Amino acid sequence: MARTNLVPPGPVVGKRAFQLPIVDGFLWLVRIAAIALILVGATRSIASARLSGQQWRDLVVFGIAQGSVYALVALGYTMVYGVLRFINFAHGEVFMIGAMTGYFVTDGLARTALWEAAPFLSLFIALICCMTVSALVALLLERVAYRPLRGAPRLIPFITAIGASFFLQYTMASLFGTSVKSYPEVEVLTGSFTLLGFRVLRVHLLVIVAALVIMAGLYLYVEKTKAGKAMRAVSEDQETAKLMGINVDRTIARVFGVGGAMAGAAGLLFGLVFQNVFFLSGFLPGIKAFTAAVLGGIGNIPGAAVGGLTLGMVESMGPSLVLVGLGIPAAHQLKDVVAFVTLVLVLIFRPTGILGERVSEDRG
Amino acid sequence: MTATGELAAIDFVPAPKAGPRAIRLGLVGGAVAVFVSVNGMVEAFSGRLLLGSLALGEALLLSVPLLIGYLAGRPEPVLEGFTARRPGWRNVLAGLVAGLASGVTLALFVVLVASFDIRGVFLNATPELVRDGPRILTFGLELGAGLGLLLGLYVALGGAGGVLQVLPGRFRRAVLTALGWVAGLALMQPAVAQVLRGIQQELRIWTAPLTDFLYDASGALSVPGIATIAAAAFCLQLLASRQHRKPVRTRLEQLPDRSRRILRVAILAAVLLLLGLLPQVIGPFLSEVLNIAGIFLLMALGLNIVVGFAGLLDLGYVAFFAVGAYTTALLTSPQSSVGVGWVFWLAVPFVILAAAVSGLMVGTPVLRMRGDYLAIVTLGFGEIARLLFISDWLKPWFGGAQGIIQVGDISLGPVQIRTPEAFFYVLFVFVLLAAYATYALQDSRIGRAWMAMREDEAVAEAMGVNIVTAKLSAFIVGAVLAGFGGALFATKIGSVFPHSFNVIVSITVLVVIIVGGMASVPGVVLGTLVLVGLPELLREFEEYRFLIYGALLIFMMLKRPEGFIPSGRRAEELHEQEVAQDEWLVAGAPETGATDADRDEPN
Repeated sequence: MARTNLVPPGPVVGKRAFQLPIVDGFLWLVRIAAIALILVGATRSIASARLSGQQWRDLVVFGIAQGSVYALVALGYTMVYGVLRFINFAHGEVFMIGAMTGYFVTDGLARTALWEAAPFLSLFIALICCMTVSALVALLLERVAYRPLRGAPRLIPFITAIGASFFLQYTMASLFGTSVKSYPEVEVLTGSFTLLGFRVLRVHLLVIVAALVIMAGLYLYVEKTKAGKAMRAVSEDQETAKLMGINVDRTIARVFGVGGAMAGAAGLLFGLVFQNVFFLSGFLPGIKAFTAAVLGGIGNIPGAAVGGLTLGMVESMGPSLVLVGLGIPAAHQLKDVVAFVTLVLVLIFRPTGILGERVSEDRG
Repeated sequence: MTATGELAAIDFVPAPKAGPRAIRLGLVGGAVAVFVSVNGMVEAFSGRLLLGSLALGEALLLSVPLLIGYLAGRPEPVLEGFTARRPGWRNVLAGLVAGLASGVTLALFVVLVASFDIRGVFLNATPELVRDGPRILTFGLELGAGLGLLLGLYVALGGAGGVLQVLPGRFRRAVLTALGWVAGLALMQPAVAQVLRGIQQELRIWTAPLTDFLYDASGALSVPGIATIAAAAFCLQLLASRQHRKPVRTRLEQLPDRSRRILRVAILAAVLLLLGLLPQVIGPFLSEVLNIAGIFLLMALGLNIVVGFAGLLDLGYVAFFAVGAYTTALLTSPQSSVGVGWVFWLAVPFVILAAAVSGLMVGTPVLRMRGDYLAIVTLGFGEIARLLFISDWLKPWFGGAQGIIQVGDISLGPVQIRTPEAFFYVLFVFVLLAAYATYALQDSRIGRAWMAMREDEAVAEAMGVNIVTAKLSAFIVGAVLAGFGGALFATKIGSVFPHSFNVIVSITVLVVIIVGGMASVPGVVLGTLVLVGLPELLREFEEYRFLIYGALLIFMMLKRPEGFIPSGRRAEELHEQEVAQDEWLVAGAPETGATDADRDEPN
């Protein structure tokens, strides 16, 4: 028997065999602890019936609305990652610039007669402006900061993106001030109605419908048009795509542009839901949208939608469902902690996401 | 060599595209000038006089055409094996054109601001820029005259930038050195003046007349001061580059062992003596600035181990800083939930312990991750830590948003460390320890394991490097150094608030090590002094600090990813690809001495 043993005895093998189980065991402990905490918290908070059914349903609707905003932003992350295997850290700021643009446009329009007369037309104008500005910023970013670094070691464009993120944040701060900007009231979007027992705020309905329409449009664009086909080809294999006569540079720029436009639309919707925006508004939603993209399987466009909705729900229900059940006071303060814990857990335990096709190359 | 001769005989120069390039650069420069005007930088900086009656804001505005002209006048890149065109009037013309383009762009902006009120949107586009009061952009003149002067200055400075390219290399370098010295001494006026005054007071060396000679009463460099500094720097640089001397390092290495040792001890003693006198000489304000920089330096040395040595990009580094600060506060403050009120030194072992444990806790789950995913997860950890410290849930322990007050002072025997000058010595000991640890670890077995892992994890593992130990030890060492930083921060401020532990701290430290030079201790020290110390010294920068940091990160990654004072090995890694390309080119076309030298020149 000893002769057929193919594993050579040696320090390396010994150490590996000894150490990895400790790490794995630790990770399993974390996993089990997380699941146990969630289960205990959920059962206890449901049993305590602190929130009525109506309140739970409100949380669900809010989660979907918030989730569709995340989904729109996540599309930008996922498309860029699919093509370049690169996390565009500054995408959250592109989103914030969209929201800022939305503020300036709606604020300007609110002083005209059009705002009262044709609110949806003015919102549409604002939407177009936001999408255009964000797309332009994304294109500029790609041209100035990312394109020269294509092919560099992976961390280099990522660090550039961090720099770009802070540059854009503080550019907005220095140009437009650090104050929080409040969106004007939209008459037609106030109030709510009941649908199948769910009380839906009108603004939430608008956000969900708009996000659905935009995502459907994007899906058609990627699946049915020639440009979309080029994008898919480039994400599959850049070299081969180039040989097939696809202009890789232009296609990548287009990916950034489309992703930026999505983020701009998300920015306006975000502004309509939360009513205010300032120069740091992009940071948290950006990271959450990245979580959503990973959750859905990064590089996967339907995955971004799924991940966004999931994260929106987790974030809106998580504090009330789990944390309150665990007896933690002021659980709503920990909304962002829930999102970050989700991020950490997803990245550690399921980096392939829900729609688990592994797009990324081996991450070890 | 015959091939070279033939190629040179053809004297092929790629089709001249200097014109469009100059215009494009000029427009970029114009955009930059408009940007710094509209975001209020020029106005914010116009309070500080720099050279004679030229304010920092104006200097910023006028440095744009000079730089753009210099860039536009740069000789065009020539293919390997071809001779470059001699520099001449074309370079100057390119500089003039670029300066003109920039000037026209800025002039259009001036006209815009003069005719419309855009303040409703752009908060900092104040009337002071063009219409009222100082009229910064038109140099206090009427619109027409001001525009003329502006355009004239831009064209002239663009041309001057182009002229620099025509000068022979030695003279160009000398001029640039002179410019750098003048700008540096003008910017550092508060520090230089204070140091000269301190020397006079403490050491009784007659330095006050020097201050009066160099600087006006307003704090700007005086005209004779400018002339002296420029002339001195120019001549020194010219002398230094006169003949090819051996670098100091190789000369030192040729000395016999004994004298080398003596020299080293002497240098060390001199440096220690100087640093010992430093806080007395520079006074409380500058000591405070150095203390803030020193705390960041501790963190930067720690992050340098994690990112620079081991290649693990940690964006949640501030969490360890927070752990160190909170541990100190909990153990030394009588007001805290623990309430034992220990002396600082008793808390130090617990700081080490807490930081090491948190390093392990962050490091273990991310063992399997690489690169950007690792960065995002650590960012998540950092934010979770901050949100937990701030939350009402843990308020009974950490005090929530109110934080913990009455953190104990450091005491050395009977002496309480209260003044910034005294604190400097304590901090200095810690920094020295950290720097020593960095050097010791760099050459140790684990240091080599880190570097192997940074270069290629899979290969390192195959060669027998224990990845688990290497990664965890990097996280722990980094965490402990940041923990020290946090402990000193808490006792220096005397209180701990969760708002101090924002992600922006992590980013600041990252910028410091990237700009200074990853994996290089001198680089990190210089980076901290310039990027953390300078904004503390010149308060106008505070508002634009992170804007500049962001721009610096992008610039460094595009142009000099290894940092300004790189570690040789790290630079090699980053340029591996280029080197391979160059080798291929050299193999294809025989190299010529001149072009090779040009390529090596940093730009």
